[in-house]
Amino acid sequence: MDIRFTEAEIAFRDELRSWLGAVLPTLGDPPGRDDWASRREWDTGWQRMLYDAGYAGVNWPSEFGGRGSTPTEHLIFLEETTRMGAPYVGMNFVAQLHAGPTLILEGTAEQQARHLPAMLKGEEVWCQGFSEPNAGSDLASLSTRAVRDGDHYVVTGQKIWTSFGHVADYCELLVRTDPEAPKHRGITWLICPMDLPGIEVRPIATVAGASEFCEVFFDEVRIPAGNRVGDENDGWRVAMVTFSFERGTAFISELLGTMNQLAEMADLARSTPRSGPFARHDGSAWDDDDVRREIGRLQAEYDALWALTKRVVSQAQRTGMPGPGGSVFKLYYADVKKRMADLAHRMLGREALVLAEGGDEQTGGDMVASRLYVLSLSIAAGTSEIQRNIIGERILGLPKER
Amino acid sequence: MDFELSDDQVALRDGIRDLCAGRFDIDTVRGLADCGGVDRRLWAELADTGVFSLLVPENEGGVGLGWAEAGLVFEQLGRALVPGPLVGTLLAAGVVYYDDHDNEVSVDDEVVGFMERPNGPALVEYPDVIDALLVLDEHGVWRVDAAELSVEPAQSLDPLTPVGRAAELPQGEQVQSNSYGWANRAVYLCSALQVGLATGARELAVAYAKERRQFDKPIGQFQAVKHKCADMYSREEVARAALYYAGCVMDATHGPGLPADPSGYLYFEGCMIHLGDPLGDGEHKELVRAVSGARILAATAADRNGKDCVQVHGGMGFTWEVDAHLYLKRAWALTPQFGSLDRHADRVADSVGTDRHGIGAPLG
Repeated sequence: MDIRFTEAEIAFRDELRSWLGAVLPTLGDPPGRDDWASRREWDTGWQRMLYDAGYAGVNWPSEFGGRGSTPTEHLIFLEETTRMGAPYVGMNFVAQLHAGPTLILEGTAEQQARHLPAMLKGEEVWCQGFSEPNAGSDLASLSTRAVRDGDHYVVTGQKIWTSFGHVADYCELLVRTDPEAPKHRGITWLICPMDLPGIEVRPIATVAGASEFCEVFFDEVRIPAGNRVGDENDGWRVAMVTFSFERGTAFISELLGTMNQLAEMADLARSTPRSGPFARHDGSAWDDDDVRREIGRLQAEYDALWALTKRVVSQAQRTGMPGPGGSVFKLYYADVKKRMADLAHRMLGREALVLAEGGDEQTGGDMVASRLYVLSLSIAAGTSEIQRNIIGERILGLPKER
Repeated sequence: MDFELSDDQVALRDGIRDLCAGRFDIDTVRGLADCGGVDRRLWAELADTGVFSLLVPENEGGVGLGWAEAGLVFEQLGRALVPGPLVGTLLAAGVVYYDDHDNEVSVDDEVVGFMERPNGPALVEYPDVIDALLVLDEHGVWRVDAAELSVEPAQSLDPLTPVGRAAELPQGEQVQSNSYGWANRAVYLCSALQVGLATGARELAVAYAKERRQFDKPIGQFQAVKHKCADMYSREEVARAALYYAGCVMDATHGPGLPADPSGYLYFEGCMIHLGDPLGDGEHKELVRAVSGARILAATAADRNGKDCVQVHGGMGFTWEVDAHLYLKRAWALTPQFGSLDRHADRVADSVGTDRHGIGAPLG
């Protein structure tokens, strides 16, 4: 076990730091939460800057235009960009972390040439059409139909939780091509241009108000058969190969952003007077044993999750596959982050009624909005209950319920 | 960075695991309650394997490994519920002391306890089997010979951690003139034992959940039980990551082995380790935070996994016959040692703030 970076890793880090130090001050202020055109410009502009500096697709193989970095370098990249306040991956997320890796592993040469360079340059925004109203945790039961008609698939159905669906150029779409086959064997993976006739996108109003989530409706949308990735009815496997690209790095920006947020909360606790009609003592919120120690415990847990991340990344570096820590991380992190949001609200008191403008709810900044955002952490990308099933069945070997 | 066990570390862990399986099966361990917690022959096997001389440099007859390895070994000892003053005996191995004629005294086969000097009466663990007790206070580390101890037996909560009450601890002979870092090391080793306890309890619960049938199904098929087991595993894995990280930080800041000259190490006073004056060095703050953080997670995991292990066993979990209570009781015996969890939370909290600690500060 060696947590120290090698000389090569430190060189990578230092070079990245000096580049970030030079370019970040030139960025200006991020756009407002609901200004989607400016957000697209901001997110894709950052992707272009990464591309020009050679940091686009840091974890993609170099033969596909990526940097071909090791998992540890990927960790360093995410650590440094978060530490120095660089833009979050934002709406480049699906292209960089799902669709791109899927095309690298399963796409045709033509599909790769068409999309991968554009993804790296920030010229294509992608969204994900996997979940459906009746296919959430049981994703494989999805029912959006695709019927072959000549050299097209005709798609009818509905997707939900499609992040950035209203700004995206393409959708990675899972459709049912064989309703008679067992549910995992009748699914096909399609590249769907979002400007095709018959597609309607409706943003979803979440508990946090506006958000990037959308519903997408397909009414006899004709998608060229050449947009199929992998074989017909082999889409479930194609969708799963993305996981082999995963190196335990998915939550690094989120976790480190949260640690920054906790540090700000500690500052706030030290500077907030414990006053008001019900305060029993003078001093600051920091002098409240419960508040201070909860900050200590939360920090201990975040440090541990950071250590767990480094273990998973090291396993990925050694074996090419991340260890089983991913489900553990997600399950544990969602719970701890909810406790942190609750603590913030205890400190803020009535101020917790006011939503601040423009905060980045995902990586910190706005503690009030964050309390709402964290409700989704134990739901999105596999609920905590599904994570517990995965841990119980795949790691501990407990019998399946069905 | 390669934060996975090296081949040597895997071999060490597996070797200790096999030793425990062979020599400290649960019947043997339970039997040790009848002989004060330590059987000299088995203890000598641990010593011969190098369990207590792990950190002593090779040229001084030790194994010459680091704190990360000590953590792996203690984790396995905890998992197997091996009783005895393991922490004290390991820490004592780094202490050289002298007889009345200034000759070095060999302490190879000693069974040594370790505790903080309390204000007033002392509760001494393993009173019937220890040869000596190392006592930590703000003036250093003191060696009290077992013969000087006057201990009244008391009934222990944990049958495998016998205790006795001493009206007063003798002052003893000073073997270290300061106490820098000692508490931290003990905290770290206790945390390793507790990660092992959390693991042992989880393994016992999962095995039972696969075998016990109700409503014509193994109970582990029900999500209510399955999810409890998953939570046990999660706690254990997160605590283990914290422990391994703390071990790496210990090695990076202490260097391998027990330092003969402890100057420059952490300042210890009572059981408060201040982050203030004597530190000033980022690495040491990292160490305090890592060790106290691991302590909180390991103690919590051991406690909650112990309780969940009882719960998964249903009524049988409440019996003396099932081992679930042994994990829980050992966890409870270890938790109050070397600073309460509240104090460790305070220590971590003191390092949190935008002006205090960069995230993931590299060690070099």
